[in-house]
Amino acid sequence: MVSHSLALPMICFTTLWGLVGVVAPFLVPKGPNRGVIVTSLILTAICCYLFWLIAILAQTNPLFGPQLKNETIWYLLYFWE
Amino acid sequence: MGALFRSEELCLVQIFLQSGSAYNCVSELGELGVVEFRDLNPHVNSFQRKFVNEVRRCEEMEKTFTFLEQQISSSLCCPVSETLSIPSPVPSAPQPRDLLAIEEESERLATELKQVSENRDSLRSQLTQLQQYRGVLIQTHSLIDSQPPPPASLDTSLLDNGPEAHLSFVAGVVHPWKVPAFERLLWRACRGYFIIEFQEMEKNPNVLETWTVFLISFWGKTIGQKVKKICDCFHANTFFYPENTEERQELQKGLQSRIEDITQVLFQTESYLQQLLCRCVSILPQWKVCVMKCKAVHSILNMCSASVTDKCLIAEAWCPVRKLLLLQSALTEGTRRSGSIVDSFYNRLPLSSSSSPPTLFTTNSFTAVFQSLVDAYGVAKYGEVNPAAYTIVTFPFLFAVMFGDVGHGLLMVIAALWMILQNKDNKNTHFKNEMWRTVLAGRYLILSMGLFSVYTGAIYNHCFSRTLSIFPSSWHLRPMNWSDDTLRGSRFLCLDPNTTGVFRGPYPLGIDPIWHLASNHLTFLNSYKMKMSIIIGVLHMTFGICISYFNYSHSQQWFHVLLVLIPELLFMLGLFGYLVFLIIYKWLAFGPGQSDRAPSILLHFINMVLFTDNKETPPLYPGQRQVQSVLMVVVLTSVPVLLLGRPIYLYYHHTRRHGQCATTEHPTITDTSSINTLLGDLEGGRREQEEQEFDAVEVFMHQAIHTMEYCLGCISNTASYLRLWALSLAHAQLSDVLWMMVMRTSLSSRGMLGSVVLAGFFSFFALLTVSILLVMEGLSASLHTLRLHWVEFQSKFYSGTGYKFSPFSFTSITNPL
Repeated sequence: MVSHSLALPMICFTTLWGLVGVVAPFLVPKGPNRGVIVTSLILTAICCYLFWLIAILAQTNPLFGPQLKNETIWYLLYFWE
Repeated sequence: MGALFRSEELCLVQIFLQSGSAYNCVSELGELGVVEFRDLNPHVNSFQRKFVNEVRRCEEMEKTFTFLEQQISSSLCCPVSETLSIPSPVPSAPQPRDLLAIEEESERLATELKQVSENRDSLRSQLTQLQQYRGVLIQTHSLIDSQPPPPASLDTSLLDNGPEAHLSFVAGVVHPWKVPAFERLLWRACRGYFIIEFQEMEKNPNVLETWTVFLISFWGKTIGQKVKKICDCFHANTFFYPENTEERQELQKGLQSRIEDITQVLFQTESYLQQLLCRCVSILPQWKVCVMKCKAVHSILNMCSASVTDKCLIAEAWCPVRKLLLLQSALTEGTRRSGSIVDSFYNRLPLSSSSSPPTLFTTNSFTAVFQSLVDAYGVAKYGEVNPAAYTIVTFPFLFAVMFGDVGHGLLMVIAALWMILQNKDNKNTHFKNEMWRTVLAGRYLILSMGLFSVYTGAIYNHCFSRTLSIFPSSWHLRPMNWSDDTLRGSRFLCLDPNTTGVFRGPYPLGIDPIWHLASNHLTFLNSYKMKMSIIIGVLHMTFGICISYFNYSHSQQWFHVLLVLIPELLFMLGLFGYLVFLIIYKWLAFGPGQSDRAPSILLHFINMVLFTDNKETPPLYPGQRQVQSVLMVVVLTSVPVLLLGRPIYLYYHHTRRHGQCATTEHPTITDTSSINTLLGDLEGGRREQEEQEFDAVEVFMHQAIHTMEYCLGCISNTASYLRLWALSLAHAQLSDVLWMMVMRTSLSSRGMLGSVVLAGFFSFFALLTVSILLVMEGLSASLHTLRLHWVEFQSKFYSGTGYKFSPFSFTSITNPL
C-alpha cells in the first residue's frame, strides 16, 4: 500500500522553484536583457510554484471521496491491487 | 533594471544646421535613425513652407516614375516580380546636381516611351486592317468560285433594263455575334434584293478576335446606300471589292507585301520598346529610393525654423540620451560631406512640463510581441512603468490555466518551433498572406503559451483528456471492504475518506487520476478550480496595485503613496485577501473527520460584509467574529481616505503655494529657451496657476470617480477571474467529449476492418483537435487572457496616454514593412 506524504513533495518542489526563482537570477550573464530575464525567472517560479501548491493543498484534506461505478470498482480492484 | 521596465531617457535637443550643409546633415541623421524631429512651423500651410519647390519637384518625378512603372507592367515581354526590389547597396540621398540628372533622364525616357508606344499602337491597328482586308479577299475568293456563273442570256436581258440592273458587291468583316441581327436588318431594309454570304475567317494566331467575312451582292444604287449605312451602324469594316478575279489577285499580292513591310517595322519598334523598358527596370529602383530620400529630407527641412541671420536652420528633435554622441558624429559627417568649414552642432534643452517626451522601448524579437500586446491598449506615458515586462510571463501563464492540456500544449510547442525555424532562414519574404504574417509575428508568444500549457496540463492531469498516472493514486479501494453483493446491488458507490486506509496522503503532482474515473469529478474539480481562480486573481490584482508604487516614487509623489496606495491595498487585502486566507485555512484545517460540519466560505464572507451573524454556521476558527469586525472597520475607513485624501492634500498644497506667491513677486520667465514657446505661452503659464483654483472641483470629481471605479471594480474584477475556471472546464469537457465520441468508438472495433476504421477515425479526430481545440479554444483563451490583462490588471496602475517614439529614419520610409 503506497501512501504519499505531504512533506516530501513540498520539499522537492519548494527547492526546485526556489532554485529557479532565487538562485538562477544570480547566474544570468550580464547583458542588456538581464533585467527582463531575471524578472521572467522570478515570475515563472512564483506562478508555477503557486499553481502546484494550490493543487496539492486542495487535496490534502478531502471532504468527500470519488463516486465510482461498480464496473470501475471491479476493474480497479484487480488492476491496481 | 532593463530597457523594458520604463521608457528610455529622452531629451530635447536643438540642432543648429548651417545652410550649406543642412541637407547633408539631415540625410546623415536619416541614415542613422536616432532622432524624432518636432514640427516648429505647425501653423504654416504646406504650400507656404520654405522648401516647397523641392518637394514639388520630387513629387513630379515620382509621377513620372509611376508612369514608367505602368508602362513596364503593361508592355514588358518578360514579366518581373510585382514590386521592384530594393537595390543593394541602398543609394544615399542625392546631391542637387544628381537630382537634376535624374529628373532630366527620367523625363526623356518617359517622352520616348510614350512616342514609341503610340507608334507601335498605330502600326498595330494598320496591320490589323490590312490583315482583315486580305482575309476578306481570300475568303470571298472561295465564295465567288463556288457560285455558278450567271447565264449569258440573263446578263444581257438584265443589262438592258437599265443602270439599276448592275450587280455590285460590298465585302467586309463583322463580329460573329452580330451576324444574325445584321442579316435580319439587311433583309428587312432591302426587301430581299440582295444575296449575302457569310464565312468564318480562318483563325490567325496573331489576332485575338475571330471575324466573319461577308459578301453582299446586290443591284441598285439605293440598296447600295442602305447596305453601306447598315454596315456602318454595325461597325463592320467594309473594303473596296474589285469585280474581276485578276484585280482581286493583284490587290491581294499588294496587300501581302504591305503586310510584310509593316510586320518588319513593328518588330523593330517592339524591340526598341523592350530596350527602353529594360533600361527602366534596371535604373528605376535606385531612382525611386533617391527621390524618396530627397523628399523626406526636404520635408524635415520644412519643419525647421530659420534663424534671425538666415545663415542657419534651427531644428528641434527628441533624442535618446544614450545616442547623443551618435548625433554629434552624424552632424560632423554631414558637414564634412558638404565640404563646409563651419560645423553644425546641437544644444540640449531642459524638459518643460508642458511637452512630454515620446516613449521608447528597445525590444528584441522576443519581447516585441508582448510590447505590441500592451501598446494595442495604449502606449505608456513617459516615465510610467511598462506592464510588458511582466506580461512576458503572466500572459502565457493565465492562458495555460485556461488551456491546460499536455498533448495540446505539445502540439502548440511543435508548431511554434516550426515557425521559429521558418523565420530564421528567410525573413518575411516567404509568406505574403496578411493573417499568416500576424501568426508568424507571435511565434515566441505561442511557444511560451505551449510550454506553460504543458506544465498546467501536467498539474490538471490532462493529456488529450486522458490522465497520466505517473504516481499511484492516493485512493485505495480494498480498505472499503465491499463484497461482491454490495457491488452487484448498487450501481454507484462512494469512497469514504473517513475509513482508514482509503485515502493516504495527497497526490504529489497535480490532481489524482482517480477523479477522472469518478462520476462526481466535477463537484471536486469545480470547487478546486474556482478557489484557484480567486487566489490567482487576487494575487494578480494586488501585484498590479503594488506596481503603482513605482509610478508614484518616480514622479516624487510620496503623499500619494500614503493617501492612495495604502487605502487601495487595505481595501483589497482586507476583503479579498481575507477571502483567500479563508480558502487556504479551510483547506488545511477541515478534513474528512469534520466534513459534516465544514462551513461554507461564501456564507461567512457574506455575513462578514453585512455584519450579520448566523447561529447555524459555526465559526471557522476561534475569534473569527472579532477579526472580521476589525477588518471591516479598516476597509470601511479606507474608502473615505481614498475618496478625499488626495484632493484635500492637493487643495491644501495649492492654497499654501498661492499664498506664498501672492507675497513675493511674480516668478521670472521659466528657462525654456526653446524657440517653440511663443510669448502667449509664457503668459499662459501664469494664467495656469490662477486657474488651478477652479480645478479643485474637477480634482474632487476625478477622485470620486476613481474611488467608485476602484471599489466596485475590486468586486467585479475578482469575480471576473472566475473565467479561468470556466474556460478550463470548457476545454476539459470539449476534449473529453471528442475522445469519447470519436476515438473510443473507433478503438472498440476489432479485426482488420477495425484498423482501417481506426485510421479514418483518427484523421477525423486529429482534424477536429487542431481546428476546434487548438485554434478555436486557443484564440478564445488568448482573448480572455488579453481582457484580464487589459482591464483587471492594467486598470490598477496603467494610464497608457503616451505616444510612441518614431525616429526619422530612411529604412522605415523605403521599407515600410
